[in-house]
Amino acid sequence: MVDRDFVDRLKKVYSIYTGGLIAILVLLYLGEKVLGLSPSFIGYVFLFGTIAVYAAIGIISRTGQVAEYYVAGRRVPSVFNGMATAADWMSAASFIGMAGVLALQGYNGLAFIMGWTGGYVLLGVLIAPYLRKFGAYTIPDFLDARYGGKLPRFVGIVATLIVSFTYLVAQITGVGIIASRLLGLPYEVGVFVGLAGILVCSFLGGMKAVTWTQVAQYIVLIIAYLIPVTVLSYKYTGNPVSQISYGFALQGVEQKLAQLKDDPKEKEVREIHKKRAEELKAKIANLPQSWEQGKKELENKLKALPANDPKRAEVEKQLKDYPKSPEEAKAKWTEAMKRAQDASKPPRSYTAPPADAKGMVNFLALMLMLMLGTAGLPHVIMRFYTTPTVREARTSAGWALFFIMLLYLTAPAYAAFGRYEMLNLVGKAFSEMPEWVQKWAKVNLITVKDLNGDGIVQFAEISIHPDMVVLATPEIAGLPYVIAGFVAAGGLAAALSTADGLLITISNAISHDLYYKMINPNLSPSARVKIGKALLLVVAVLGAYVAKFKLAIIVELVAWAFSLAAASLFPALVLGIWDKRMNKHGAIAGMVVGLTVTIVYLYLSRFKGIELFGIKPIASGIFGMPMNFLVALLVSRLTPPPPEKLQAFVDSIRYPKGAVRAGAQE
Amino acid sequence: MLSKEELEGYWRENRKLMWIVLVVWALVSYGAALISGWLNRIVLLGFPLGYYMGAQGALLVFLLLIVFYAKRMDETDRKYRVEED
Repeated sequence: MVDRDFVDRLKKVYSIYTGGLIAILVLLYLGEKVLGLSPSFIGYVFLFGTIAVYAAIGIISRTGQVAEYYVAGRRVPSVFNGMATAADWMSAASFIGMAGVLALQGYNGLAFIMGWTGGYVLLGVLIAPYLRKFGAYTIPDFLDARYGGKLPRFVGIVATLIVSFTYLVAQITGVGIIASRLLGLPYEVGVFVGLAGILVCSFLGGMKAVTWTQVAQYIVLIIAYLIPVTVLSYKYTGNPVSQISYGFALQGVEQKLAQLKDDPKEKEVREIHKKRAEELKAKIANLPQSWEQGKKELENKLKALPANDPKRAEVEKQLKDYPKSPEEAKAKWTEAMKRAQDASKPPRSYTAPPADAKGMVNFLALMLMLMLGTAGLPHVIMRFYTTPTVREARTSAGWALFFIMLLYLTAPAYAAFGRYEMLNLVGKAFSEMPEWVQKWAKVNLITVKDLNGDGIVQFAEISIHPDMVVLATPEIAGLPYVIAGFVAAGGLAAALSTADGLLITISNAISHDLYYKMINPNLSPSARVKIGKALLLVVAVLGAYVAKFKLAIIVELVAWAFSLAAASLFPALVLGIWDKRMNKHGAIAGMVVGLTVTIVYLYLSRFKGIELFGIKPIASGIFGMPMNFLVALLVSRLTPPPPEKLQAFVDSIRYPKGAVRAGAQE
Repeated sequence: MLSKEELEGYWRENRKLMWIVLVVWALVSYGAALISGWLNRIVLLGFPLGYYMGAQGALLVFLLLIVFYAKRMDETDRKYRVEED
């Protein structure tokens, strides 16, 4: 039952919290204006201030009870579960990266906007209410109860671990980058500051603590996301509602892009890019000789310069950045070649969909994978176990989408304004670049280079990093440093909250699903929680250790996690609920085939360059997912139906009333 | 306890509702994307409609769909008296 008093108390606590947050913002603003507080001081206040608050919530929510540790005692009202799910779901990539990707890719980027929201319809209708009725702790719990036996559970554990761990490493990497940007600390130190921030939220109180900190983190991240773009929108149009006002920017962008298409100066720069791409292509074809030659040239150049020549530092840096091996050279040069090739083409319309069938197919496939993947991600599904009732699980999916949409409806406005500002640079002299360009050029998030030497900026001479769009908006809008610092704190909250949700999912999969359910079922409740906590620590440190290497592949792995989840867990869950005839053999065969096909296609398309129908690695689940459904249906029809007991189990999760029969209910 | 027929009736209604929701879900996302080039010719308040559907329109429909489904299922629960105790 929903406890009204509890809801009222929660509302009061979080209202006071939000008020306090705004008061601190105002105080810091006054501090900056009147007392002249330094940016680094403000950065420290935000970093340690927010982490201290999350830690305090974590400590208040400490628990030793199994149900509180795993599912927050199943008393999280749907509104708050919606906020927690939104924070759990939106990572540093949603917060910082998504608007930038949209700004750079135009219509193509919308696959992420629709893909990362449409999955909630599937969750709310196909999965969440039934898993809540079942009322266990994890996805493997469900697979075990529904299909019977340890094998389905084990396949579920493997899929959960693959999907969640890569995602976790990416979040810790994100925390490290934000912490180092905010404070100017080295990246490795940032990772460990982040690690501490993650652990204080989850270690003492498990899911209960994670839930209540996620609500707090959501409030920080949404306010931080909305302030800069609202002010900017007001400056442009006098209308503060950026989600409605950005139409003018779309029009401006399209007009400007159309003008640039046939501009002779632009064509000149495009030719330069084209030549550069051809040079790189020749160099790649000539590996490894070209690598050795390039290295020697730089070394000779350095030798030829006298010891006190100011140019030495530049050449030394070039030599330091030079690829360490022919393999690294190949990767680096291929990427540079692709970038040059892109820049050599005339700019595409911002709002037009992909022009060719191949592009459209890839767009739709990616969108489908992101949707099904969202509905199959263990750390998101877990959140629906924490609501008090089935009814609340249904509405909770709606609240989650509502809170996510506050950010997702705003991202296209950020993107359009970012693109608009970028195009406004075109035609300006290099000597009159605004301050924000100079500032972000220092950290290489934007590069403006006079390639044709005419002193005027051409569109093809600008290249920006996606992260730049959200991070630079406070300065473009002319806001004080406090807001820029707060935006970084918002990004930090997004990364921390997602990392916490993942961490608890992984440690539960090992401690509850693997150890308690499969190896040692005689554990006492308090021992189970203790083992859960110990594993949490181990997994977090392991995640931070891997994140320390900052592998380039990590960003890609996260995108792949969606395809993997869509091709493995999603079909098994949906069929388990909606197809009574589905049995153990079908589900296992489906999951194994789905995972295998997806991983093989990922490998072939990413590392061997083999692409079917133009499908990119990021949408690779488009082959494994239907295969999973097909194989599962086929195998289940060729093998005996599930036993009476399991069919009764399916019935009992389908109706909200009554207790769940059979299964692993405790 | 409910009779088998009643339970089956409940599930049939749920399944029908599920299909309605999924068809609309697919139309506003995949359907709209397929014809977005054509929709873009309609411009409202500066927004080309095809782009707008992908950026915001589909999302708003998604939210309405979840709310609609939750409301209707509430009613169905009550009609078949299978709401939670």
